[in-house]
Amino acid sequence: MKFKARVWKFGDNINTDLILPIQAFYLPAAEQPKYVFHANRPGWVDQVKPGDIIIGGKNFGMGSSRPAARSLKNLGLACLVAPSINGLFFRNCVNFAFPAVECPGVDEAFEEGDVAEVDFESSAVKNLTRGKTLAGRTIPPRLVELVKAGGIYPLLEKEGLIAPRT
Amino acid sequence: MGMTIAEKILAKKSGQKKVAPGDLVTVEVDTVVMIDNSFIASRWREIQKVRDPARIIVVFDHRAPASTEDAAAAHRTGRRFVEKFAIKRFHDVGYDQGISHQLVADHGYALPGTILVCSDSHTCSGGVFNCIARGVGEPDVVYSAIKGQTWFRVGDTVRYELGGKLSLAVTTKDAFLQIAGKHGDHATQNIEWGGPGVAGLSIAARKTLTTMSAELSAEFSTFEPDAVMLEWVRARNPAPFEPVYPDKDARYLETRKVDLGALEPLVAFPDTVIENSRPVAAAAGTRIDQAFIGSCANGTMDDLELAARILRGKRVAPTVRLIVTPGSQNVFREAARAGIVSTLVEAGAVVTPATCGACGGGHLGILGPGETCITASTRNFKGRMGDSSAKIYMGSPATVAASAIRGVITDPREFLH
Repeated sequence: MKFKARVWKFGDNINTDLILPIQAFYLPAAEQPKYVFHANRPGWVDQVKPGDIIIGGKNFGMGSSRPAARSLKNLGLACLVAPSINGLFFRNCVNFAFPAVECPGVDEAFEEGDVAEVDFESSAVKNLTRGKTLAGRTIPPRLVELVKAGGIYPLLEKEGLIAPRT
Repeated sequence: MGMTIAEKILAKKSGQKKVAPGDLVTVEVDTVVMIDNSFIASRWREIQKVRDPARIIVVFDHRAPASTEDAAAAHRTGRRFVEKFAIKRFHDVGYDQGISHQLVADHGYALPGTILVCSDSHTCSGGVFNCIARGVGEPDVVYSAIKGQTWFRVGDTVRYELGGKLSLAVTTKDAFLQIAGKHGDHATQNIEWGGPGVAGLSIAARKTLTTMSAELSAEFSTFEPDAVMLEWVRARNPAPFEPVYPDKDARYLETRKVDLGALEPLVAFPDTVIENSRPVAAAAGTRIDQAFIGSCANGTMDDLELAARILRGKRVAPTVRLIVTPGSQNVFREAARAGIVSTLVEAGAVVTPATCGACGGGHLGILGPGETCITASTRNFKGRMGDSSAKIYMGSPATVAASAIRGVITDPREFLH
């Protein structure tokens, strides 16, 4: 899984309440993405294009278990790269098949609008605008496979362990 | 090289002699807690079979009693799930109601040396019982209920050595604020708590530290076992267990000492607790509209007692709404029997049923535009408790109670000395 697109930058400690505010959490999943970053960056969801990449700061996704990663995926974003990612948020990235890479120094290596190339399997992150390459934290192959398979629910559905979405 | 508590439990539960930071392990899950939010329409996927209904606990806590029609619908879905699999440990609205993490403490559900998961980030609360407890995603909970397994990445461990004794009007909430302010986030790291200071802390006081570890982005937060904790669990749950101690030569990323006796009341300023704590004096005088004591971090008998000590014979400022939410109906009943509920109510507090309530901005105390709140709960994120223009300061229950009386953020030592 390789992605090449322009990047949007966000600061340190971006939390799940900013990505999926409580008012949106109780709405149908399809309506949740329009509330992403409503409090800290109003209007952003209208600017972002399918395939774009988010570059976060340290401790990205701190907070709740709510399916905030699903909203980023449903917005059409290709992937997330941040120097460190909250463990629970990372799990939900895997669960909902949204590729996420931890990559120290990535926040300093990019300016907003730069073009990134991210190789999810090798965790290599390139800034094509500035000609820099960074090495991310290796993602265990099993988790890469889970993301490629579409996350946990399609897997359980296939085995007949959960009912299909009606 | 030896192993830390987290490493030893993960090794045992993955059937290995040894695990080390960087490993990915598949572990047996002993306990799966499912909450009302699991059953909301945008999240729930109908489960066809479960590994073992006796390992599952179902709790309605985020919106209990139901605050909206969709909350009521989620509760109905949950009740049908409980019936379908004949789940015995079920906490519906009523006598057994409470916040899942408080119920885990009340009933000794988190057994030492075991693994517990739930789709709520503050599940790390159960680490006070030497349990590998953590918040996971909803799909992880569904997978764990069905397969009895999940995966974890093994991280480095930071050890906190607690020493000394808390002074009057200072709580472990202040200890947490000190750590969050000084060391910031612990993303990808485990926290292990130990040291001579632990003996002087009640289970409730210790639980504030493990619960708030979610706010440090810690992977696991576990206490070293002691007699007080082991007795607590045995008195509440007859199931056998094996407590786990760290090896003497365990490898820690760092060991940090915390002198509980040197701490003073702190507050976190609005929007984050990461590197955002200051002495209460820095915020003193800030006008507040709402004060809240509750949540899985501060809804215990200890917290209610402390608030009552400050509020006894006083009145909440007329410009302030003080909302107190016990962590469980069990805590509520105990507080009622001890006269604490009447002390709080006489002072003008609104005491609500046990629920996550105002902490998550779900119901029972949502903030309006431009309002200011001081809270003894889990989070002060922008928009967390209602309107995104509201400002949320975080402090201990003592600081919140003192502030509610004065109508402005106040040092609790003005009342307790």
